[in-house]
This record gives sequence, C-alpha cells and structure tokens, in this order.
Amino acid sequence: MTDQHDNPIRQAVADAIANNDVILFMKGTPEAPACGFSARTVGALQALDTRFAAVDILPDPRIRQELTALSQWPTIPQLFVGGELVGGCDIVTEMFETGELAALLGAEGQAHASEPAVADGSTLQIENRLS
Amino acid sequence: MPDAATIKARIEAAIPGAQAEVEDWTGGGDHFRATVVADAFAGLSRIQQHRLVYEIFGAEIGGPIHALSLKTHSQ
Repeated sequence: MTDQHDNPIRQAVADAIANNDVILFMKGTPEAPACGFSARTVGALQALDTRFAAVDILPDPRIRQELTALSQWPTIPQLFVGGELVGGCDIVTEMFETGELAALLGAEGQAHASEPAVADGSTLQIENRLS
Repeated sequence: MPDAATIKARIEAAIPGAQAEVEDWTGGGDHFRATVVADAFAGLSRIQQHRLVYEIFGAEIGGPIHALSLKTHSQ
C-alpha cells in the first residue's frame, strides 16, 4: 500500500473498484461508447436494468495502464462486480446469454440494494448510470 | 503482422492438447476471434481460462493484435 502514495491514479482506480458494487471501465461513455466491445458490454448491463458506475479510460492513458496493472487483464472493457473482475466483452456477453450475469448482478443488487454507487470525481470521472 | 493461422498455431503450441479455431474477424489482420477447447481449462473460471490464452501474446494484445475475442471450453 505504501507505494500507492506515489501513484494517485492507481489508488483512484483501486478506490473506484472498491467503492462501486458494479463498475465498468470502458472506452467512451454509456451514451457514446467509443468502441464496439464497450458498447456491447454496456448493452448487456442495460438490458438487465443494472445500476452501474462507468469510467471512460480514454482521457488519460495512465488510467488503462494502472487498471491493467491491477487487474492483470489486457483489454478494455473490464467489468467489476463486488470488487472482483468479472471479465471483458466476451465473458460478459457469454454470461448474459447463459443467465449467469443476471444471477450475479441480482445477488449483488440484493445484497447492496440500500447502498448507492459512490462517485469520486477527483481523479477519475465516474458516472453513475441507471439505464 | 499476425495472421489467424499463426495465432492458432501459437495457442495450440502453448496450451497442451488445445484445439483452436481462429478467424480474422474484420479481414484487417488485427481483430481476431478464437474458440479454444482444452482439457487444461477444466476447473478454471472463464477469467482464468482467458488469461491463459492472453498470456501467450502478452503485450501484443492491444498492440499489433488490437483485439482477440475469445470463447474457451474444457472438454
């Protein structure tokens, strides 16, 4: 943890993942995705009426760099639920089709229904979305 | 520039017993789609299965290989 004092972006990414039950790191915004893979992942979340926070990684290349360093996952988008990496577009789409995503998000939503997603706009621009 | 046959060969060489089907998604030589079946995936989560494949290519993902879309199964 000590080295994170020197790395505010990594800390901001870690905090965003910890503080938001469902958070999507993507290219662009839910309204204007900048990549087909991000668009498809947003579509799956919206189809399930999921409330989720979204972070656009494009404004600063260090966001992607630090996110990938934390998650050990090479591609964007990346969906985290309950602090755990669920996957990118392929896995989210597959889980949507099998119903696993609804089960995962349903369980998470029930457990945290009273906790609104937290937005910390200081370093990352996090937008909370209810489709 | 990577091509589908090379990506297939590298996946099958790196994961013992794997069978990969790889297609060039857009015809542009940088967006690929792969289905990989391997006994080595048994008992692993999807994240872990995909990581095994991504690790083969390292920094090439996001570089020369803009996208490698994956479906993985154990059988």
